[in-house]
Amino acid sequence: MSLFEKFQPIVDIRAELEAVGVMPFGAVTEKILSPTEAIVNGRKVILAGTNNYLGLTFDPECIAAAKQAIDELGTGTTGSRMANGTFIDHVRLEQELAQFFDRGHAIVFSTGYAATMGMGSTLAGPGDVIVLDADSHASIYDGVRLGGADIVRFRHNDVADLEKRLRRLGERVENTLIIVEGMYSMLGDQAPLADIAEVKQRYGGMLLVDEAHSLGMLGKHGRGVAEAAGVEDAVDFVVGTFSKSLGATGGYCVSNHAELEAVRFAIRSYIFTASPSPSVVASTRVALRLMQERPELRDRLWENAHRLYAGLKQLGFKVSPEVSPVVAVTIEDRDQSIAWWARLLQAGAYVNLVMPPASPGDYSLLRCSVSAAHSSVQIDSILDAFASLGNTE
Amino acid sequence: MPEYNEFLAHIFDILKPYAKRGLILNENSELVTELGLTSLQVMELIEQIEDHFDICIPLNILPDIRTVRDLAVKLETITA
Repeated sequence: MSLFEKFQPIVDIRAELEAVGVMPFGAVTEKILSPTEAIVNGRKVILAGTNNYLGLTFDPECIAAAKQAIDELGTGTTGSRMANGTFIDHVRLEQELAQFFDRGHAIVFSTGYAATMGMGSTLAGPGDVIVLDADSHASIYDGVRLGGADIVRFRHNDVADLEKRLRRLGERVENTLIIVEGMYSMLGDQAPLADIAEVKQRYGGMLLVDEAHSLGMLGKHGRGVAEAAGVEDAVDFVVGTFSKSLGATGGYCVSNHAELEAVRFAIRSYIFTASPSPSVVASTRVALRLMQERPELRDRLWENAHRLYAGLKQLGFKVSPEVSPVVAVTIEDRDQSIAWWARLLQAGAYVNLVMPPASPGDYSLLRCSVSAAHSSVQIDSILDAFASLGNTE
Repeated sequence: MPEYNEFLAHIFDILKPYAKRGLILNENSELVTELGLTSLQVMELIEQIEDHFDICIPLNILPDIRTVRDLAVKLETITA
Protein backbone atom coordinates (compact mmCIF):
# COMPACT_ATOMS: atom_id res chain seq x y z
CA MET A 1 0.00 0.00 0.00
CA SER A 2 2.96 2.36 0.47
CA LEU A 3 2.93 3.65 -3.10
CA PHE A 4 -0.68 4.65 -2.67
CA GLU A 5 -0.31 6.34 0.73
CA LYS A 6 0.43 9.75 -0.77
CA PHE A 7 -2.92 9.70 -2.57
CA GLN A 8 -4.84 9.54 0.71
CA PRO A 9 -5.83 13.24 0.60
CA ILE A 10 -7.48 12.61 -2.78
CA VAL A 11 -9.21 9.50 -1.48
CA ASP A 12 -10.54 11.56 1.44
CA ILE A 13 -11.90 14.34 -0.77
CA ARG A 14 -13.56 11.82 -3.08
CA ALA A 15 -15.23 10.12 -0.13
CA GLU A 16 -16.36 13.47 1.20
CA LEU A 17 -17.89 14.43 -2.16
CA GLU A 18 -19.52 11.04 -2.52
CA ALA A 19 -21.07 11.44 0.92
CA VAL A 20 -22.80 14.63 -0.19
CA GLY A 21 -23.65 13.02 -3.53
CA VAL A 22 -21.64 15.36 -5.71
CA MET A 23 -18.81 14.58 -8.12
CA PRO A 24 -17.70 17.82 -9.77
CA PHE A 25 -14.41 16.43 -11.08
CA GLY A 26 -15.13 14.32 -14.10
CA ALA A 27 -18.84 15.07 -14.43
CA VAL A 28 -20.02 12.95 -17.35
CA THR A 29 -21.36 14.61 -20.46
CA GLU A 30 -23.76 11.98 -21.72
CA LYS A 31 -24.85 13.82 -24.82
CA ILE A 32 -23.58 17.03 -26.35
CA LEU A 33 -26.40 18.94 -28.00
CA SER A 34 -24.59 22.01 -29.30
CA PRO A 35 -21.53 24.11 -28.39
CA THR A 36 -23.55 25.46 -25.45
CA GLU A 37 -25.88 22.65 -24.36
CA ALA A 38 -25.45 19.10 -23.15
CA ILE A 39 -26.85 16.37 -20.96
CA VAL A 40 -24.53 16.25 -17.94
CA ASN A 41 -25.08 13.77 -15.11
CA GLY A 42 -28.54 13.12 -16.53
CA ARG A 43 -29.61 16.76 -16.71
CA LYS A 44 -29.95 19.10 -19.66
CA VAL A 45 -27.69 22.04 -18.89
CA ILE A 46 -26.23 25.16 -20.45
CA LEU A 47 -22.49 24.75 -20.74
CA ALA A 48 -20.79 27.66 -19.02
CA GLY A 49 -17.39 26.14 -18.41
CA THR A 50 -15.95 24.77 -21.64
CA ASN A 51 -13.30 27.20 -23.02
CA ASN A 52 -15.20 26.91 -26.31
CA TYR A 53 -14.76 30.66 -26.70
CA LEU A 54 -15.73 31.07 -30.34
CA GLY A 55 -18.21 28.18 -30.30
CA LEU A 56 -16.66 26.56 -33.39
CA THR A 57 -16.89 22.91 -32.27
CA PHE A 58 -20.01 22.29 -34.36
CA ASP A 59 -19.23 24.64 -37.23
CA PRO A 60 -20.35 22.89 -40.45
CA GLU A 61 -17.19 23.87 -42.34
CA CYS A 62 -14.91 22.55 -39.59
CA ILE A 63 -16.89 19.31 -39.40
CA ALA A 64 -16.86 18.85 -43.18
CA ALA A 65 -13.09 19.37 -43.32
CA ALA A 66 -12.53 16.90 -40.49
CA LYS A 67 -14.74 14.27 -42.17
CA GLN A 68 -13.00 14.71 -45.49
CA ALA A 69 -9.60 14.36 -43.82
CA ILE A 70 -10.66 11.08 -42.23
CA ASP A 71 -11.88 9.79 -45.60
CA GLU A 72 -8.73 10.79 -47.42
CA LEU A 73 -5.99 10.44 -44.79
CA GLY A 74 -7.36 7.97 -42.25
CA THR A 75 -8.00 8.21 -38.54
CA GLY A 76 -4.45 8.75 -37.30
CA THR A 77 -0.86 9.35 -38.38
CA THR A 78 0.46 6.57 -36.13
CA GLY A 79 3.82 8.25 -35.83
CA SER A 80 6.07 11.05 -34.66
CA ARG A 81 6.56 14.27 -36.58
CA MET A 82 10.22 13.20 -36.81
CA ALA A 83 9.37 9.90 -38.46
CA ASN A 84 6.28 9.10 -40.51
CA GLY A 85 3.96 11.59 -38.80
CA THR A 86 4.58 14.76 -40.79
CA PHE A 87 1.82 15.00 -43.37
CA ILE A 88 1.61 17.91 -45.80
CA ASP A 89 -1.27 19.37 -43.79
CA HIS A 90 0.85 19.62 -40.62
CA VAL A 91 3.28 21.71 -42.64
CA ARG A 92 0.45 23.81 -44.06
CA LEU A 93 -0.99 24.43 -40.61
CA GLU A 94 2.44 25.57 -39.42
CA GLN A 95 2.71 27.96 -42.38
CA GLU A 96 -0.77 29.32 -41.72
CA LEU A 97 -0.01 29.86 -38.03
CA ALA A 98 3.24 31.66 -38.87
CA GLN A 99 1.33 33.83 -41.30
CA PHE A 100 -1.45 34.57 -38.84
CA PHE A 101 1.01 35.59 -36.13
CA ASP A 102 3.22 37.38 -38.67
CA ARG A 103 6.23 35.43 -37.48
CA GLY A 104 8.84 33.43 -39.34
CA HIS A 105 8.45 30.06 -37.71
CA ALA A 106 5.85 27.78 -36.18
CA ILE A 107 5.75 24.34 -34.58
CA VAL A 108 2.57 22.32 -34.20
CA PHE A 109 2.24 20.01 -31.17
CA SER A 110 -0.22 17.23 -30.38
CA THR A 111 -1.65 19.06 -27.35
CA GLY A 112 -1.40 22.47 -25.76
CA TYR A 113 0.15 20.80 -22.72
CA ALA A 114 2.88 19.32 -24.94
CA ALA A 115 3.52 22.78 -26.43
CA THR A 116 4.00 24.72 -23.18
CA MET A 117 5.62 21.83 -21.37
CA GLY A 118 7.93 21.14 -24.33
CA MET A 119 9.04 24.73 -24.84
CA GLY A 120 9.53 25.31 -21.12
CA SER A 121 11.62 22.18 -20.70
CA THR A 122 13.72 22.63 -23.83
CA LEU A 123 14.57 26.33 -24.19
CA ALA A 124 16.20 26.61 -20.75
CA GLY A 125 18.34 23.80 -19.35
CA PRO A 126 20.85 23.26 -16.55
CA GLY A 127 22.77 26.49 -15.88
CA ASP A 128 20.03 28.64 -17.43
CA VAL A 129 17.34 30.49 -15.52
CA ILE A 130 13.56 30.51 -15.78
CA VAL A 131 11.72 33.44 -14.24
CA LEU A 132 8.01 32.72 -14.22
CA ASP A 133 4.78 34.22 -12.92
CA ALA A 134 3.77 32.44 -9.72
CA ASP A 135 0.27 31.69 -11.06
CA SER A 136 1.55 29.96 -14.19
CA HIS A 137 -0.34 26.93 -15.53
CA ALA A 138 0.68 23.41 -14.46
CA SER A 139 2.04 22.66 -17.94
CA ILE A 140 4.56 25.49 -17.51
CA TYR A 141 5.64 24.32 -14.05
CA ASP A 142 5.95 20.73 -15.25
CA GLY A 143 8.07 21.80 -18.21
CA VAL A 144 10.50 24.00 -16.36
CA ARG A 145 11.02 21.35 -13.68
CA LEU A 146 11.92 18.81 -16.34
CA GLY A 147 14.32 21.17 -18.05
CA GLY A 148 16.63 21.52 -15.07
CA ALA A 149 17.10 25.31 -15.24
CA ASP A 150 17.12 27.35 -12.03
CA ILE A 151 13.51 28.34 -11.38
CA VAL A 152 12.65 31.74 -9.92
CA ARG A 153 9.07 32.87 -9.34
CA PHE A 154 7.78 36.40 -9.24
CA ARG A 155 4.50 37.47 -7.64
CA HIS A 156 1.52 37.20 -9.97
CA ASN A 157 1.39 40.15 -12.40
CA ASP A 158 3.81 42.11 -10.20
CA VAL A 159 6.26 43.80 -12.59
CA ALA A 160 8.27 45.42 -9.78
CA ASP A 161 8.87 41.97 -8.32
CA LEU A 162 9.87 40.65 -11.77
CA GLU A 163 12.30 43.52 -12.16
CA LYS A 164 13.81 42.89 -8.73
CA ARG A 165 14.44 39.28 -9.64
CA LEU A 166 15.97 40.09 -13.02
CA ARG A 167 18.25 42.63 -11.38
CA ARG A 168 19.43 40.10 -8.80
CA LEU A 169 20.35 37.68 -11.58
CA GLY A 170 23.10 40.02 -12.80
CA GLU A 171 24.86 38.62 -15.83
CA ARG A 172 22.82 35.44 -15.69
CA VAL A 173 19.89 37.35 -17.17
CA GLU A 174 21.44 36.70 -20.60
CA ASN A 175 20.57 33.03 -20.15
CA THR A 176 17.14 33.71 -18.75
CA LEU A 177 13.72 32.84 -20.11
CA ILE A 178 10.81 34.83 -18.70
CA ILE A 179 7.48 32.97 -18.87
CA VAL A 180 4.07 34.58 -18.43
CA GLU A 181 0.55 33.95 -19.68
CA GLY A 182 -1.38 36.49 -21.72
CA MET A 183 -4.67 35.80 -19.97
CA TYR A 184 -4.73 33.64 -16.86
CA SER A 185 -7.07 30.68 -17.05
CA MET A 186 -8.57 30.76 -13.58
CA LEU A 187 -9.58 34.42 -13.14
CA GLY A 188 -9.31 35.66 -16.73
CA ASP A 189 -7.01 38.49 -15.66
CA GLN A 190 -4.44 39.74 -18.15
CA ALA A 191 -0.69 40.13 -17.74
CA PRO A 192 0.61 43.72 -17.79
CA LEU A 193 2.55 42.81 -20.93
CA ALA A 194 3.57 46.34 -21.92
CA ASP A 195 5.39 46.76 -18.60
CA ILE A 196 6.77 43.23 -18.64
CA ALA A 197 8.10 43.78 -22.17
CA GLU A 198 9.70 47.05 -21.10
CA VAL A 199 11.51 45.40 -18.18
CA LYS A 200 12.59 42.53 -20.41
CA GLN A 201 13.99 44.91 -23.03
CA ARG A 202 15.90 46.78 -20.34
CA TYR A 203 17.41 43.79 -18.56
CA GLY A 204 17.69 41.24 -21.37
CA GLY A 205 16.74 37.60 -21.56
CA MET A 206 13.97 36.13 -23.65
CA LEU A 207 10.20 36.26 -23.17
CA LEU A 208 7.70 33.47 -23.77
CA VAL A 209 3.98 34.24 -23.55
CA ASP A 210 1.30 31.57 -23.29
CA GLU A 211 -1.73 32.93 -25.14
CA ALA A 212 -3.87 29.79 -24.70
CA HIS A 213 -6.85 31.74 -23.37
CA SER A 214 -6.52 34.90 -25.47
CA LEU A 215 -6.29 33.60 -29.05
CA GLY A 216 -9.02 35.10 -31.21
CA MET A 217 -10.10 37.36 -28.39
CA LEU A 218 -7.71 40.29 -28.14
CA GLY A 219 -5.58 42.42 -30.45
CA LYS A 220 -6.41 43.76 -33.91
CA HIS A 221 -5.96 40.37 -35.58
CA GLY A 222 -6.88 38.30 -32.54
CA ARG A 223 -3.32 37.23 -31.78
CA GLY A 224 -3.80 37.85 -28.07
CA VAL A 225 -2.65 40.06 -25.24
CA ALA A 226 0.79 40.78 -26.76
CA GLU A 227 -0.83 42.20 -29.88
CA ALA A 228 -3.37 44.17 -27.84
CA ALA A 229 -0.53 45.65 -25.77
CA GLY A 230 1.47 46.47 -28.91
CA VAL A 231 4.55 44.57 -27.73
CA GLU A 232 4.75 41.60 -30.06
CA ASP A 233 8.31 42.55 -31.05
CA ALA A 234 9.46 42.08 -27.45
CA VAL A 235 7.88 38.62 -27.24
CA ASP A 236 10.30 35.95 -28.43
CA PHE A 237 7.93 32.99 -28.32
CA VAL A 238 4.16 32.67 -28.28
CA VAL A 239 2.67 29.32 -27.31
CA GLY A 240 -0.96 28.32 -27.33
CA THR A 241 -3.55 25.70 -27.98
CA PHE A 242 -6.11 24.59 -30.55
CA SER A 243 -8.39 23.28 -27.82
CA LYS A 244 -10.12 26.51 -26.87
CA SER A 245 -10.94 29.15 -29.50
CA LEU A 246 -10.23 26.70 -32.34
CA GLY A 247 -12.36 23.89 -30.95
CA ALA A 248 -10.00 20.93 -31.47
CA THR A 249 -6.89 19.69 -29.66
CA GLY A 250 -3.22 20.47 -30.21
CA GLY A 251 -0.80 23.28 -29.54
CA TYR A 252 1.70 25.56 -31.20
CA CYS A 253 4.73 27.74 -30.71
CA VAL A 254 5.52 30.64 -33.06
CA SER A 255 8.64 32.78 -33.13
CA ASN A 256 10.77 35.00 -35.31
CA HIS A 257 13.93 33.25 -34.14
CA ALA A 258 15.20 31.04 -36.97
CA GLU A 259 16.71 28.82 -34.26
CA LEU A 260 13.20 27.49 -33.57
CA GLU A 261 13.73 25.09 -36.48
CA ALA A 262 16.67 23.54 -34.60
CA VAL A 263 14.92 23.66 -31.23
CA ARG A 264 12.10 21.61 -32.81
CA PHE A 265 14.35 18.56 -32.96
CA ALA A 266 15.23 18.81 -29.28
CA ILE A 267 11.70 19.01 -27.89
CA ARG A 268 10.88 15.63 -26.43
CA SER A 269 7.13 16.28 -26.18
CA TYR A 270 7.22 16.94 -29.93
CA ILE A 271 9.37 13.96 -30.88
CA PHE A 272 8.22 11.15 -28.62
CA THR A 273 4.51 11.32 -29.32
CA ALA A 274 2.30 10.78 -32.34
CA SER A 275 1.51 13.84 -34.43
CA PRO A 276 -2.03 15.29 -34.41
CA SER A 277 -4.63 13.23 -36.30
CA PRO A 278 -5.55 14.40 -39.83
CA SER A 279 -9.11 15.32 -38.81
CA VAL A 280 -7.81 17.50 -35.97
CA VAL A 281 -5.39 19.29 -38.26
CA ALA A 282 -8.12 19.78 -40.87
CA SER A 283 -10.72 21.28 -38.53
CA THR A 284 -8.07 23.44 -36.87
CA ARG A 285 -6.98 24.91 -40.20
CA VAL A 286 -10.57 25.82 -41.05
CA ALA A 287 -11.22 27.22 -37.56
CA LEU A 288 -8.09 29.38 -37.82
CA ARG A 289 -9.43 30.78 -41.11
CA LEU A 290 -12.97 31.29 -39.77
CA MET A 291 -11.64 33.06 -36.71
CA GLN A 292 -10.09 35.64 -39.04
CA GLU A 293 -13.06 35.83 -41.41
CA ARG A 294 -15.68 36.27 -38.69
CA PRO A 295 -14.79 39.12 -36.35
CA GLU A 296 -18.42 39.07 -35.26
CA LEU A 297 -17.68 35.91 -33.23
CA ARG A 298 -15.32 37.88 -31.11
CA ASP A 299 -17.84 40.70 -30.67
CA ARG A 300 -20.48 38.19 -29.52
CA LEU A 301 -17.99 36.65 -27.10
CA TRP A 302 -17.24 39.98 -25.45
CA GLU A 303 -20.90 40.98 -25.35
CA ASN A 304 -21.62 37.75 -23.50
CA ALA A 305 -18.64 38.26 -21.22
CA HIS A 306 -19.84 41.73 -20.25
CA ARG A 307 -23.40 40.49 -19.73
CA LEU A 308 -22.39 37.63 -17.45
CA TYR A 309 -19.83 39.68 -15.55
CA ALA A 310 -22.20 42.58 -14.92
CA GLY A 311 -25.02 40.22 -13.99
CA LEU A 312 -22.99 38.25 -11.45
CA LYS A 313 -21.66 41.44 -9.95
CA GLN A 314 -25.16 42.81 -9.64
CA LEU A 315 -26.26 39.63 -7.88
CA GLY A 316 -23.59 40.40 -5.30
CA PHE A 317 -21.08 37.68 -6.15
CA LYS A 318 -17.37 38.30 -5.76
CA VAL A 319 -16.21 38.18 -9.40
CA SER A 320 -12.77 38.26 -11.02
CA PRO A 321 -10.87 41.57 -11.17
CA GLU A 322 -11.61 42.38 -14.81
CA VAL A 323 -14.20 41.57 -17.47
CA SER A 324 -13.10 38.65 -19.62
CA PRO A 325 -14.59 35.56 -21.26
CA VAL A 326 -13.49 33.78 -18.08
CA VAL A 327 -15.66 34.96 -15.21
CA ALA A 328 -14.80 33.37 -11.88
CA VAL A 329 -16.85 33.68 -8.71
CA THR A 330 -14.71 33.48 -5.59
CA ILE A 331 -16.03 31.49 -2.63
CA GLU A 332 -14.14 31.49 0.63
CA ASP A 333 -15.71 28.34 2.02
CA ARG A 334 -14.82 25.13 0.20
CA ASP A 335 -17.90 23.21 1.30
CA GLN A 336 -20.14 25.99 0.10
CA SER A 337 -18.45 25.98 -3.31
CA ILE A 338 -19.15 22.25 -3.62
CA ALA A 339 -22.79 22.65 -2.62
CA TRP A 340 -23.28 25.58 -4.94
CA TRP A 341 -21.68 23.76 -7.86
CA ALA A 342 -24.18 20.94 -7.41
CA ARG A 343 -27.10 23.34 -7.14
CA LEU A 344 -26.03 25.20 -10.29
CA LEU A 345 -26.05 21.91 -12.15
CA GLN A 346 -29.53 21.16 -10.76
CA ALA A 347 -30.60 24.60 -11.92
CA GLY A 348 -29.30 23.87 -15.42
CA ALA A 349 -25.87 25.51 -15.53
CA TYR A 350 -22.60 23.62 -15.82
CA VAL A 351 -19.61 25.62 -14.53
CA ASN A 352 -16.13 24.56 -13.39
CA LEU A 353 -15.47 24.00 -9.70
CA VAL A 354 -11.88 24.83 -8.81
CA MET A 355 -10.54 24.16 -5.33
CA PRO A 356 -7.07 24.72 -3.86
CA PRO A 357 -4.36 23.93 -4.87
CA ALA A 358 -5.65 24.36 -8.45
CA SER A 359 -7.07 27.79 -7.62
CA PRO A 360 -4.73 30.71 -7.00
CA GLY A 361 -4.90 31.35 -3.27
CA ASP A 362 -6.70 29.38 -0.57
CA TYR A 363 -10.24 29.99 -1.76
CA SER A 364 -12.45 28.08 -4.24
CA LEU A 365 -13.81 29.24 -7.56
CA LEU A 366 -16.96 28.67 -9.54
CA ARG A 367 -15.31 29.37 -12.87
CA CYS A 368 -17.54 30.25 -15.80
CA SER A 369 -16.39 30.69 -19.36
CA VAL A 370 -18.63 32.17 -22.02
CA SER A 371 -18.81 31.38 -25.72
CA ALA A 372 -19.69 33.37 -28.80
CA ALA A 373 -22.30 30.67 -29.31
CA HIS A 374 -24.22 31.57 -26.14
CA SER A 375 -27.39 33.54 -26.75
CA SER A 376 -28.30 36.42 -24.46
CA VAL A 377 -31.15 34.26 -23.21
CA GLN A 378 -28.69 31.53 -22.24
CA ILE A 379 -26.49 34.01 -20.40
CA ASP A 380 -29.58 35.17 -18.51
CA SER A 381 -30.41 31.54 -17.66
CA ILE A 382 -26.92 31.10 -16.22
CA LEU A 383 -27.52 34.23 -14.15
CA ASP A 384 -30.90 32.86 -13.01
CA ALA A 385 -29.16 29.72 -11.83
CA PHE A 386 -26.72 31.81 -9.80
CA ALA A 387 -29.55 33.95 -8.47
CA SER A 388 -31.32 30.80 -7.21
CA LEU A 389 -28.33 30.07 -4.93
CA GLY A 390 -29.32 32.92 -2.63
CA ASN A 391 -32.84 31.62 -2.03
CA THR A 392 -32.49 28.57 0.15
CA GLU A 393 -29.42 29.41 2.19
CA MET B 1 28.88 37.40 -0.01
CA PRO B 2 27.35 36.46 3.37
CA GLU B 3 28.59 33.38 5.14
CA TYR B 4 26.93 30.44 6.81
CA ASN B 5 26.60 32.08 10.21
CA GLU B 6 24.99 35.21 8.81
CA PHE B 7 22.42 33.13 6.96
CA LEU B 8 21.85 31.04 10.06
CA ALA B 9 21.27 34.07 12.27
CA HIS B 10 18.78 35.55 9.85
CA ILE B 11 16.90 32.27 9.41
CA PHE B 12 16.61 31.97 13.21
CA ASP B 13 15.27 35.53 13.28
CA ILE B 14 12.52 34.77 10.80
CA LEU B 15 11.64 31.43 12.37
CA LYS B 16 11.30 32.71 15.94
CA PRO B 17 7.48 32.86 15.79
CA TYR B 18 7.40 29.16 14.83
CA ALA B 19 9.35 27.97 17.85
CA LYS B 20 6.31 27.34 20.00
CA ARG B 21 5.66 24.88 22.78
CA GLY B 22 9.11 25.21 24.30
CA LEU B 23 10.86 24.19 21.10
CA ILE B 24 14.40 25.47 20.95
CA LEU B 25 15.45 26.56 17.49
CA ASN B 26 18.73 25.03 16.40
CA GLU B 27 20.50 23.98 13.25
CA ASN B 28 18.77 20.60 13.30
CA SER B 29 15.26 22.05 13.51
CA GLU B 30 13.18 20.65 10.68
CA LEU B 31 11.20 23.29 8.85
CA VAL B 32 8.11 21.30 7.91
CA THR B 33 7.91 18.28 10.19
CA GLU B 34 9.10 20.00 13.39
CA LEU B 35 8.29 23.70 13.06
CA GLY B 36 5.15 23.01 11.03
CA LEU B 37 5.75 25.40 8.15
CA THR B 38 3.31 25.01 5.25
CA SER B 39 4.62 25.09 1.71
CA LEU B 40 3.37 28.66 1.43
CA GLN B 41 5.24 29.63 4.60
CA VAL B 42 8.40 28.03 3.24
CA MET B 43 8.02 30.23 0.14
CA GLU B 44 7.59 33.28 2.37
CA LEU B 45 10.69 32.34 4.34
CA ILE B 46 12.68 32.09 1.09
CA GLU B 47 11.32 35.43 -0.09
CA GLN B 48 12.29 37.17 3.15
CA ILE B 49 15.82 35.81 2.91
CA GLU B 50 16.02 36.95 -0.73
CA ASP B 51 14.96 40.47 0.18
CA HIS B 52 17.20 40.71 3.22
CA PHE B 53 20.38 39.67 1.41
CA ASP B 54 19.23 40.92 -2.02
CA ILE B 55 19.94 37.53 -3.57
CA CYS B 56 18.16 35.16 -5.91
CA ILE B 57 17.18 31.74 -4.54
CA PRO B 58 15.94 29.29 -7.18
CA LEU B 59 13.05 27.01 -6.19
CA ASN B 60 15.12 24.01 -7.25
CA ILE B 61 16.89 23.96 -3.88
CA LEU B 62 13.71 23.23 -1.93
CA PRO B 63 13.50 19.43 -2.30
CA ASP B 64 16.92 19.11 -0.62
CA ILE B 65 16.06 21.34 2.34
CA ARG B 66 14.85 19.66 5.50
CA THR B 67 16.59 21.44 8.34
CA VAL B 68 17.73 24.96 9.11
CA ARG B 69 21.29 23.78 8.54
CA ASP B 70 20.42 22.39 5.07
CA LEU B 71 19.07 25.79 4.12
CA ALA B 72 22.00 27.82 5.44
CA VAL B 73 24.52 25.49 3.78
CA LYS B 74 22.65 25.72 0.48
CA LEU B 75 22.46 29.50 0.66
CA GLU B 76 26.20 29.73 1.22
CA THR B 77 26.79 27.48 -1.79
CA ILE B 78 24.53 29.27 -4.23
CA THR B 79 25.81 32.73 -3.30
CA ALA B 80 29.48 31.73 -3.26
